Amino acid sequence: MQELTVNDAVSSALAEEMRRDPRVLMFGEGVATTRPDLVAEFGSERVRNTPLAEAVIAGTAAGAAAMGLRPVIDLLYAPFLTLSMDAIINSAGKLRYLSGGQFAFPMVVLARTGAGWGVGAQHNHNLEAMFVHAPGLKVVMPSNAADFKGLLKSALHDDNPVMFFMDMTLGHTPGAVPAGEHVVPLGRAAVLRSGRDVTLVSYSKTVGHCLTAAQELAELGVDAEVIDLRTLKPLDEATLLRSVRKSGRLVVVHEAAAPCGVGAEIAALVSEQAFEALKSPVRRLTGPDAPAPSSWVLEQAGVPQPEAIVRAAAGLVLCDEVSA
Amino acid sequence: MSSPSRLALLETMMLIRAHEERLAKDAGQTPGTCTAVGQEAAAAGVMAALSPRDRILTNHRSAGHLLARGADPGRLMAEILGRADGYCRGKSGSLHVSAKELGVVLTSTIVGGELSLAPGVALAQKMGSAGTEAGGITAVFFGDGAACEGILHESVNLAVTWKLPLLYVCENNQWQAFVRRDETMPNAQVREWVQGHGLPSFAVDGNDVDAVRRAALAAAEHVRTQGTPYFLELVTYRQRGHYEPDDQAYVDRDELARWKERDPIRMLRERLLAEGVIARGELAHLEQRVADTIAAAHAFALASPWPELRELTTDVYA
Repeated sequence: MQELTVNDAVSSALAEEMRRDPRVLMFGEGVATTRPDLVAEFGSERVRNTPLAEAVIAGTAAGAAAMGLRPVIDLLYAPFLTLSMDAIINSAGKLRYLSGGQFAFPMVVLARTGAGWGVGAQHNHNLEAMFVHAPGLKVVMPSNAADFKGLLKSALHDDNPVMFFMDMTLGHTPGAVPAGEHVVPLGRAAVLRSGRDVTLVSYSKTVGHCLTAAQELAELGVDAEVIDLRTLKPLDEATLLRSVRKSGRLVVVHEAAAPCGVGAEIAALVSEQAFEALKSPVRRLTGPDAPAPSSWVLEQAGVPQPEAIVRAAAGLVLCDEVSA
Repeated sequence: MSSPSRLALLETMMLIRAHEERLAKDAGQTPGTCTAVGQEAAAAGVMAALSPRDRILTNHRSAGHLLARGADPGRLMAEILGRADGYCRGKSGSLHVSAKELGVVLTSTIVGGELSLAPGVALAQKMGSAGTEAGGITAVFFGDGAACEGILHESVNLAVTWKLPLLYVCENNQWQAFVRRDETMPNAQVREWVQGHGLPSFAVDGNDVDAVRRAALAAAEHVRTQGTPYFLELVTYRQRGHYEPDDQAYVDRDELARWKERDPIRMLRERLLAEGVIARGELAHLEQRVADTIAAAHAFALASPWPELRELTTDVYA
């Protein structure tokens, strides 16, 4: 094991994969400027700065991917993705299918989001669910350094376009990362804490909030299971359903807004496939259906905090016990 | 590489015309078909200047480009009719036909989509990626409509800055869906916009296939030897509507008649007759051969089975 920040874990995954596979190249706004180590090792042909032009950055990645390269592009902040939607959704996501399988689009799109820097809604927008809704894409949003490294490596091995969302406040957070080759498969959730009374499901930064809440719940005598989805598409339905069938109660927690979000999808999945196991309604704790503000106080108020998770989970469990 | 004879160009253009008119007759069974009738010289002339190692990106008016590149008319028609023997197994239909085996890659029907993808294809060629052949260039076909998308500027700027082997082929056909080009652009030619990017550019009569081929050979030679982009504009006219069926009630009759006077097939045919390159009898023979090819292609397409229903969800992921 080694202690790495999330940013260093990402860098080590990039360097290892560029070393392993000469088809991997990386470009984006300031990529060469901010990663001189990669330029030094792999040269300026494989590590490139681009104009501030998200549409053609993403389109160039899709074109290069279809021709056999494996590009990683850094689009900086998730809201900037809206300028590259045509290339990602209409080209990378659809042209494999529309061409009858003639092309593949092995590419990775990096984008940062999440409350904590007070940058406001045009730099902070958890819009990952939009991409879950788009066919042909995979969507990843890790919560800790080891997963950032292992999932990014899997994303780079994958033959499909992978959206790789990074909560910007996690960047400097250290975590234990296995030494040597470390790969985490896409589409597999992690059960971070086992429990029998209630399932807390989350991804990205709010996984940490769920773990904190689970400790507090334990002090109240509530045994919470915590699941980190890690990959939003493909979704690890089996792990989710197994947990809900055990606990009978589910709280989904994410910073993104509720309408048509990951929580809505999970609630629907559970009601369709594990309705008989549910002892109480599924709860969602999400950010508001509002743009992210800049003011620290307002910004934090928009993120589901551990206290709210404790209240929601304890409410489901203890109300049941009272009524029983 | 030897460029095809003028007779071969004439036959290609006639084949494209016959293919498009055959499909236009089937309007209603060929969803979304957008023809490029009147623009055959652009397809035939530019393809005559490209080599098999080159890669081509096109758009929703792609039939001419595909046929000029050597696509099988039967498989192309099967694709447009949604049949299993189509180039994309019926999943594309008319609007986004690509044929990797012909080097026609990544056809996008999003106006300007091909402009965003083309630099990546050219980058892969420049880097010698496994899917490319040494010395190949990329040619991207788009129209004056796409030129009004912001992506034109992003694409050309990147191709110039990164020194990509990319040939831009703008078919300025005077129509942007249902809107006249002169309603959306202050200048008559797109070329004026891209000159500020510092790449060589040239505009030519897009209905004169001899002129198109000459210009395309020079343009492709520049891209191949310099490894840098070139902008070729073909001034032409969309003789049919935006898609089929379209009564073109919004089109000025005199304007349409003027351009039909300058029809590219008619121009080449008369020139070849006048120069004695072809005799009337030979021409009739050519016409019959094209008609037979299209009839056979249409029969093949109609006989091709529908895709199996399981194909609804195949090829979504690699």
